[in-house]
Amino acid sequence: MYQADIYATTTFLKEVLERSTTTQGLAWLTQKTELIASGAAQPKDLYLAFSAAPRFVGKAPLHLTQHDHATAQQIRPGFDPGRWNAAQAARTMLILSLPHQDGQAFKEQIETLFNTADMGELVALYAALPLLPHPELFRGRAAEGFRTNMGDVFEAVALDNPYPADYMEEDAWNNMVLKTLFVGKPIFRIYGIEKRRNVKLARILSDYAHERWAAGRPVSPELWRPVGPFINEAILADIQKLFSQPNELEQLAAALACSESSSSSARELLDAHPQLKARVEDGEITWNLIGTRNLQLN
Amino acid sequence: MNTQNLMLIDPHIHMTSRTTDDYERMRQAGIVAIIEPAFWLGQPRTEPGSFKDYFSSLVGWERFRASQFGIKHYCTIGLNSKEANNEALAEQVMELLPLFVCKEGVVGIGEIGYDDQTPIEDKYFRAQLELAKEVNMPVQVHTPHRDKKAGTIKSMEVCLEHGIAPDMVVIDHNNEETVKDVLDRGFWAAFTIYPNSKMGNERMVEIVKQYGSERIIVNSSADWGVSDPLSVPKTASLMLERGISIEDVRKTCYQNALDSFGKSGQMHESDWLQGTNVDQREKFSDNSVLRGGQTPVVGEVSATGQMDSNIVR
Repeated sequence: MYQADIYATTTFLKEVLERSTTTQGLAWLTQKTELIASGAAQPKDLYLAFSAAPRFVGKAPLHLTQHDHATAQQIRPGFDPGRWNAAQAARTMLILSLPHQDGQAFKEQIETLFNTADMGELVALYAALPLLPHPELFRGRAAEGFRTNMGDVFEAVALDNPYPADYMEEDAWNNMVLKTLFVGKPIFRIYGIEKRRNVKLARILSDYAHERWAAGRPVSPELWRPVGPFINEAILADIQKLFSQPNELEQLAAALACSESSSSSARELLDAHPQLKARVEDGEITWNLIGTRNLQLN
Repeated sequence: MNTQNLMLIDPHIHMTSRTTDDYERMRQAGIVAIIEPAFWLGQPRTEPGSFKDYFSSLVGWERFRASQFGIKHYCTIGLNSKEANNEALAEQVMELLPLFVCKEGVVGIGEIGYDDQTPIEDKYFRAQLELAKEVNMPVQVHTPHRDKKAGTIKSMEVCLEHGIAPDMVVIDHNNEETVKDVLDRGFWAAFTIYPNSKMGNERMVEIVKQYGSERIIVNSSADWGVSDPLSVPKTASLMLERGISIEDVRKTCYQNALDSFGKSGQMHESDWLQGTNVDQREKFSDNSVLRGGQTPVVGEVSATGQMDSNIVR
């Protein structure tokens, strides 16, 4: 029923929020969370508090220390509120205050918020998915989030969010990864990207690369991150092509993908590029490095 | 068209019915912010769910779409007078309103008021005035096309009856016949520059010459019908050309809209100045042109005039 201990989560968020809001803002929030937790609240109390949160606690960014990041990881592996703001933290605390013994009733209230949400609310709701009780009830909602065309909303559900890796079925997961590339967002911010690599995704990504090449468009070097372990004959030709691309990041991606493959032809291909091979073996080249550098170029 | 690079606000425009070409031209013409009142869609809705999704799109997708063109999008939320006449539906829409009125960027209850001036319209106009009072929000009042003068006066009297201060109410779609009554009572007087109906902008120039710029607001009300999303910049340009001072143009095409709807606490000049700052830094890498205290020039406001004429008749 729980992905994260609710008391630990809200205590942590409150501590962090304290540094980014006013005493009055915090007092308002405490009063609202207590009201909502009491079970005596009307649905309207939640809706109004959830909407109005920025008016009371503001929208200043949260400032997390190293220690905070570690605490977040302890509370929920992959939980990373590093890009959150005050209103988002407050909204998360409000929904975590809802009584949730009855999973369906809880889900209905969360869905009502989703169905009438503005952009900032959608960001808060999607980013809170990895903290909610009854996580198995929100798979359909997360898949809906992948369909959005609003950039911030897509980032909230797909990036720095451990919910998809932990709960989404393979097809939905693959769709999310592909869409991340499609909308030009960084793959290295997808939590669990290595853990959820699969053969179907490798085939989809190779097809997508071919489509881009056919159109004369650049292919992100990050596209090959989930591909390495599934290099077959067809994909081997792609990797060969990468080694001859002028963009160094694509060559690095080719070398790294080969090093992750158990296929002997991929190994041989890597042997044919001894300098790149040495850099991979030194641990100098990583997917995060490729992703970060690629982001700087765009 | 030459607006002398003024920043402009169109405080009444139905962007869900417009294209991205419109957004692009509006931005080029100097529009930095817009307000989209909730209205009807050309034919009556038959389900409350249609209203819910429409309101959601005003605070969600449409806001995002506008942001892609460097325009800050705000809205007012309400049950319009035409559709209020379906009483069974109206009851359910009234229940939806509290879900939306306190959302970020909602700057008022609107557009509400009278169409045929029926008793049912009156009932829901009053109910929404009470809601506006409860959440301390400005009200955007649509005045009727038919029996306009009487309907306008009645709208104001009902607002006063409900204890709403005149400076919290924008009376919209005024003309030469209604403007004096509205200004005399202390309400904001908005004018819709609409080709062929409502007001042409040459008439608007004469109104500003006669009444000045105090509490007078220009908008386009552009929607799914024949209308012009550049009405505000065109009118600003025409006013300047015809000798109205730049300060009066700034008030009627920018500041008064901000001052009236800004009473919601949801609309601040910094929303678009800071937003544009970020854009400009992204666009021009190290060139931080809009740092503290400077008079901001927002974006690349083109005053070259793609339009042949700045007149809307």
